[in-house]
Amino acid sequence: MWGELTTTPLFGAGITVFVYFVAQLLYRRTRSMLLNPVAVSIAAIIVFLLATQTPYESYLRGGRMILFLLGPSVVALALPLYRKRKEVGRNRWPILVGIFSGALASIASASGLAWLLGGTEKVVVSMAPKSVTTPIAIGIVEKIGGIPELTAAIVVLTGCIGAICGPEFCRLIGIRSATATGLAVGTASHGIGTARMLEVDKLSGAVSGLAIGLNGLVTAFLLPLLFVLFR
Amino acid sequence: MTNILKGMAFLLFFQFAGETLVTVLDAPVPGNVAGMALLLAGLLAGAVKVEWVEEACDLLLSHLALFFVPAGVGVMVYFDLIAAQWLPICVSMVLSTFVVMAVTGWVEQKLEKKGKPDVG
Repeated sequence: MWGELTTTPLFGAGITVFVYFVAQLLYRRTRSMLLNPVAVSIAAIIVFLLATQTPYESYLRGGRMILFLLGPSVVALALPLYRKRKEVGRNRWPILVGIFSGALASIASASGLAWLLGGTEKVVVSMAPKSVTTPIAIGIVEKIGGIPELTAAIVVLTGCIGAICGPEFCRLIGIRSATATGLAVGTASHGIGTARMLEVDKLSGAVSGLAIGLNGLVTAFLLPLLFVLFR
Repeated sequence: MTNILKGMAFLLFFQFAGETLVTVLDAPVPGNVAGMALLLAGLLAGAVKVEWVEEACDLLLSHLALFFVPAGVGVMVYFDLIAAQWLPICVSMVLSTFVVMAVTGWVEQKLEKKGKPDVG
């Protein structure tokens, strides 16, 4: 009977909304950055699916309905950016140079560290676009010969790291400006980091949303090029 | 409610336009990111009024984190893949994320033009 129930879309959609609601409540009560709602929800649902031996495919039937809303939500990121167009426009060059430096640092440090620690070539390649939003990262990895599934998982986990402690880390290392903080978190941890930045500060959220697209674009052009040079 | 519906219609239209553009140009960006660029262009050009989209945008963006959960749960399928090389994967993932934040933030802050102080 359990198997039958879990194959309806209601199961995946229902558990996602319910668990996220509880995680949100927990986060509001405790204000602990370690209880980041996205990370907690993902972990809780995974534990539940494993415990009940429910396959991911069954969950995804309903999960896909929630996932669908990600599309128009990314389009919606244009609005915070439009509202902060003066601040963003004034700093367009610092923002572009910042993203470009971040994209280079990301490729170099992710694959460099993986290589130093004994990662196989497939792993080193799959790590390279880890800070880029999932659909772009997968496109790049398919082109340069990594493992798309591994990249998808690493991209999500990278997003969670930035969402959990991005703003706190920035403050710790002396990054004070709202533009710089948003740019740092958005460039390092794409949409999941942006979701957190939208809660922290309007300007940071706007810049973080911009960084998703621009870092994706820069990495998509830069990485295949670097790959040819260093191979 | 009608405003949210109107806004959703616009957002889905721009997403579709973005998907179309990306397919036609065979560009390496996802359709929704292209849709974001098109909507921004529409707003800046005054072709799209803020009131048309703001309720739907604010509603969706206030729950942005929720929409990432189903993809995140997908990590469970690839546990074995990560476990096989967990040390290089996990260490470089964590360290590199901090490196990127530091480099991006420091560079931008250093070059930033001060309008009014925007200490966040």
